[in-house]
Amino acid sequence: MTIRIFIPRDAGAIAVGADDVALAFAQAAAARSVTIEIVRTGSRGLYWLEPMVELATGQGRVAFGPVAPADGPALLDAMTSNGQHPRRLGTTDEIPWLKRQTRLTFARCGVVDPRSVDDYRGHGGYKGLERALTLTADQILADVTASGLRGRGGAGFPTGIKWKTVAQANADRKYIVCNADEGDSGTFADRMIMEGDPCVVIDGMTIAGITVGATKGYIYIRSEYPHAVEAMNAAIAAAKRAGLLGDRIGGTAHNFDLEVRVGAGAYVCGEETSLLESLEGRRGIVRAKPPLPAHKGLFGRPSVINNVLSFAAIPFILDNGAKAYADFGMGRSRGTMPIQLAGNIKYGGLFETAFGVTLGELVDDIGGGTFTGRPVRAVQVGGPLGAYFPRTLFDTPFDYEAFAARDGLIGHGGMVVFDDSVDMAKQARFAMEFCAVESCGKCTPCRIGSTRGVETISKIINGERVAENLAVVEDLCNTMKFGSLCALGGFTPYPVMSALKHFREDFGPAPARLQAAE
Amino acid sequence: MTSEYEPWDEARGAEIIAAHAKLEGATLVILHALQEAFGYVPEPAIPMVAQALNLSRAEVHGVFTFYHDFRKQPAGRHVLKLCRAEACQAAGGDALAARAEARLGISLGHTTADQRVTLEPIYCLGLCATAPSAMLDGRVVGRLDETRLDALVAEAQR
Repeated sequence: MTIRIFIPRDAGAIAVGADDVALAFAQAAAARSVTIEIVRTGSRGLYWLEPMVELATGQGRVAFGPVAPADGPALLDAMTSNGQHPRRLGTTDEIPWLKRQTRLTFARCGVVDPRSVDDYRGHGGYKGLERALTLTADQILADVTASGLRGRGGAGFPTGIKWKTVAQANADRKYIVCNADEGDSGTFADRMIMEGDPCVVIDGMTIAGITVGATKGYIYIRSEYPHAVEAMNAAIAAAKRAGLLGDRIGGTAHNFDLEVRVGAGAYVCGEETSLLESLEGRRGIVRAKPPLPAHKGLFGRPSVINNVLSFAAIPFILDNGAKAYADFGMGRSRGTMPIQLAGNIKYGGLFETAFGVTLGELVDDIGGGTFTGRPVRAVQVGGPLGAYFPRTLFDTPFDYEAFAARDGLIGHGGMVVFDDSVDMAKQARFAMEFCAVESCGKCTPCRIGSTRGVETISKIINGERVAENLAVVEDLCNTMKFGSLCALGGFTPYPVMSALKHFREDFGPAPARLQAAE
Repeated sequence: MTSEYEPWDEARGAEIIAAHAKLEGATLVILHALQEAFGYVPEPAIPMVAQALNLSRAEVHGVFTFYHDFRKQPAGRHVLKLCRAEACQAAGGDALAARAEARLGISLGHTTADQRVTLEPIYCLGLCATAPSAMLDGRVVGRLDETRLDALVAEAQR
């Protein structure tokens, strides 16, 4: 008999032994003369259960996890007999953590073979593109606009408006640029989708290309993601072989080609204009806006530049209609957001859900609190430039505006949980240190402000004139926030000021000490 | 696995540069390719890249120095990168980094005197749900604890 099993090739799964597990299964199968087909998928995103192995059965897939290489032989025996094993988790789709999600963008991640266009098609892929090819550019733009999709990279700019601007621009060439420079700590959704369902990114970028009249696209992937680079390149090659990239895609008059470019370790290149500079082969120095990239982007040509998740949301919208997407969500945040639960968390992973879920539900209920079992003290939402939230703000709904109203941001949807051993003054200083190291150097508030910030917070930590130095930090933050050219300098104040505001006790007993000195 | 690099050779360097020079915005692609072949970007290659792309040496040097990835000299035989970003900090990464520094007798960003191990910080491998994480010569490792870290350090020292 042949049994078909699925083992992730996702970097997060490999990091905890998925490759060794796959090898163990292959060896155990050979020793037992069992014919086995191992499909290397992406991850389902339930990382505390990785490496998670799935078995194809008549009643759907059955999951086992976390699996160690040593479990291979016994697990294989269980799979070929009654299916019982201590690691058995039941039918994958019925695992509560997965079942309560709304997977629109990540519907196929962990399910399909990422290198197979046929498998992607077999699971509903390319229906978005097929429909787009029957529509006019205006009709596609109307759909994207009506879906309410906003840029998933963090800025939340309406995707439909961005595309329309590029579509209306006149130029000899236009470009589609995918920002896969996912540098924020606590975020890994771009990596997961590129490794687990790269075809959906290609699908979305191709739709963007035919909509705005661009024939060339670039995916700029950070060098810290070698597995994603490999998966994207393999999927692009497969799409070319299938006639879905290159000249006359799908036998139509449209041409669209894609190329992967790899970054070189500069965080600031996640900022769109810096990314464009880097793609052009220069230092990743931020450009002043205007002109907007939609008017003058890559090589001075009109360019759509979107995050991986924005492109990956497009095929669903085109396939199922704008309303099907916009029906999810709250307020001006429509659709779903792939939220990433990370750091010191019990059930870490990718949780795609409609906007509106509260921070408390995400951390305590879905995330299960901390991995260490200690109380949750702070959650940084939105990466290194996002604010630290205390428990008292756990009622904040996950929504662009609601987070902004509480001096925070949802950014790229990453959440890093800290337990009560965290020193928030050190976290505030780290935010400034990171900004100082990664600043492109173009504008003064970011370049110099961050270095002064590190020095001043160090003085506070050492107990030197705490009240006065706190005032200096606040002043610095205001200068950086309002005077920086891009979000690096402009948003570094979020983690710093939120740490100060909500965790003031970590910054020394300032007022008392000052009074004593007077 | 030890990475095997070629010794610097001008003709080989020219060949690598020529293979990519026609691409749009080729500078980073070429610098990556040079580093992949030689393990670092040899200084004599900088004017060659400039010549091939019709740029000034200063421009190419500027690109080379802007990005953290590009090396001026070869790294140690093994490169151990420890994630030092927030998600790994939250999961105990600070103590593990200090432990790695103590065991190797070097601080982050340095190479051991015997040229065996280069220890580097990295800011996010995207393995934040299996933190703390590291990368040894391109191999990713998650859920680090003292035992797993010690094993990694020992492997790097071999």
